[in-house]
Amino acid sequence: MSQVVTAAPDYAGQFAAWSSAVPLPAPLADMRRDAFQSFEQLGFPTTRLEEWRFTNVAPITKIPFVAPEGASSLSRESLDRLQLPQLGGAELVFVNGRLAPDLSSTTGLPDGVRVAGLAEMLAGQAGAVAGRVGQLAGAAGQAFTALNTAFLGDGAVVEVDDGVVVETPIHLLFVTSPDTAPVLSQPRVVVSAGANSQVCLVESHAGTGEGAYLSNAVSEMWVADHAVVDHYVVAREADAGYHVGQLVATLGRASNFSSHAITLGGAIVRNEARVILGGEGGECTLNGLYLGTGRQLVDNQTTIDHATPHCDSHELYKGILDGQSRAVFNGKIIVRLDAQKTDAKQSNKALLLSEGAQVTTKPQLEIFADDVKCTHGATVGQLDDEALFYLRSRALSEEQARQLLVHAFAADLLGHIKVGAIREQLDALLLERLPVGS
Amino acid sequence: MLEVSNLQASAGQREILKGIDLKVNPGEVHAIMGPNGSGKSTLAGVLAGRDGLEVTGGSATFKEQDLLELEPEERAREGVFLAFQYPVEIPGVNNAYLLKAALNEVRKHRGEPELDAMDFMTLIRERMQLLEMDDTLLNRPVNEGFSGGEKKRNEIFQLAVLEPSLAILDETDSGLDIDALKIVANGVNAMRSPERSMVVVTHYQRLLHYIVPDFVHVLSGGRIVKSGGKELALELEEKGYGWIESAPAVV
Repeated sequence: MSQVVTAAPDYAGQFAAWSSAVPLPAPLADMRRDAFQSFEQLGFPTTRLEEWRFTNVAPITKIPFVAPEGASSLSRESLDRLQLPQLGGAELVFVNGRLAPDLSSTTGLPDGVRVAGLAEMLAGQAGAVAGRVGQLAGAAGQAFTALNTAFLGDGAVVEVDDGVVVETPIHLLFVTSPDTAPVLSQPRVVVSAGANSQVCLVESHAGTGEGAYLSNAVSEMWVADHAVVDHYVVAREADAGYHVGQLVATLGRASNFSSHAITLGGAIVRNEARVILGGEGGECTLNGLYLGTGRQLVDNQTTIDHATPHCDSHELYKGILDGQSRAVFNGKIIVRLDAQKTDAKQSNKALLLSEGAQVTTKPQLEIFADDVKCTHGATVGQLDDEALFYLRSRALSEEQARQLLVHAFAADLLGHIKVGAIREQLDALLLERLPVGS
Repeated sequence: MLEVSNLQASAGQREILKGIDLKVNPGEVHAIMGPNGSGKSTLAGVLAGRDGLEVTGGSATFKEQDLLELEPEERAREGVFLAFQYPVEIPGVNNAYLLKAALNEVRKHRGEPELDAMDFMTLIRERMQLLEMDDTLLNRPVNEGFSGGEKKRNEIFQLAVLEPSLAILDETDSGLDIDALKIVANGVNAMRSPERSMVVVTHYQRLLHYIVPDFVHVLSGGRIVKSGGKELALELEEKGYGWIESAPAVV
């Protein structure tokens, strides 16, 4: 591993070194070069941009992150110490953005499913994947996506053939482990679910140690006609970790896509999700649960693009904020001219446990069709004093009572998680991390 | 059991209790009656430790302890139970879960082992029959979507499970039709015992036909203005509160 500690971030130098050290097929190498140019032109976003008005990434711009060109190592023990969900199915483990084959296992997958590292796929039969990378998450306009594309190298590929049902969830585990310098980890996830297929994917993002790092992930997902994809992103970054994740999914006719963003830790965590309902009768669910303590900032940005008629979308985000933490929810719903009979529901509910906690909610509806149902709502509340007294009068301590009420607030969201193992393990993680205020 | 002496309390700037004296011995049932605004619910709230009520004078001892020094949960563990006038809906918290947590806290405090799932369910089913409660209420969130009658029954059901030594019923009869009233009263009567005392707060005499008290106290303007036996309740029913009010009611 070669790491250079510099006083100021030098992305141009790193890009030059990266380009020669991490070779790619010609079209992708060009894409990478173009992406770096975009990144240089755009620069990191500032709060002058509408989408970043409440999310100041100045701390990220000042830290000289270094993208490790070679593989990083992590022991099985360190991985186990993170106590990430154990799902029992195929699991790819990435350390600092690079696949760690010795920690990964893809046994037990049914025929017609490929789960592999992106670098390995590109080096072998590049065909389908090479044609997909960067097609949904373009570099234009989004600096973090451009930066991810500029340093394209490794990540996860999941391909499910038509009609194949994958019973056990596939786990993609991204661990960032800063060593001597602040690490820049930039995995790319490319998923394609064929017609009539079904798959459940869990992305876990976690960090070790006390050093700063940036985990900048991009996921692109193709959900074909009648396919069912259930997706989870669990961000459990370390206290000094920054996480920016972008998810773009395009949905075929009568397909069903759900994505759940569970944010349990990290100094700044920004989850962006953009879903294009590109075929009639598609259904999309975006749910989110976020916890904030200390000075954490959690930002959820969603865009649901109803591009075709008869599609439904449901969004429910819930946040529990303590200390001086802040949260942002920005939910955009676009209903195109042809997208009649759209049914879109959006809701963001926040529970503030301290005077210093803050949430900013902005629904954004852009409706061009005339026969649609779109609803949005936002609530911000505190723990109910009367409920606290009721529980205490039933012999529960104040802390127990608070924990019970806070957990109850999150419970209905967990109830939407279909896979029992994920629900139970997330619930356990949640109970361990739940802020209760005072 | 409970000895309240010259108890004064206010809510915000308002003085509500202006010197209450009340002595409740083990096994006794005391009814506190009085017009709206006389301080009945404030008295119940002060005894259970409700926030926002400030004790400005006097004392309350429970089993030889200073009750007013204890946190609400400590009072509950010592054996004080308040049946709420307005039971609180708690979405997301399962009724059975709350009961089990509450019962185990009380048992832990008494130095008894926690009940296992089997013994807990046996106890719960037996007590549910007492209140003629539907099984499905057990697995629903606490009071959420319950009818008024179901909420009050649920309060008395909790009383029956937790077996407190002092039960304070705050207007448990309000909003109940006669059938529900009888069921609730039967439940309460089944829990009467020589070791358990009850303070029944009510506006109407109706409940006292079914839960017959040993003593009746009339609260008016923050003071107990008259005390007597169960016949006092009947007198009040006949004549109303007007004849007895010596002090103007606090509104």
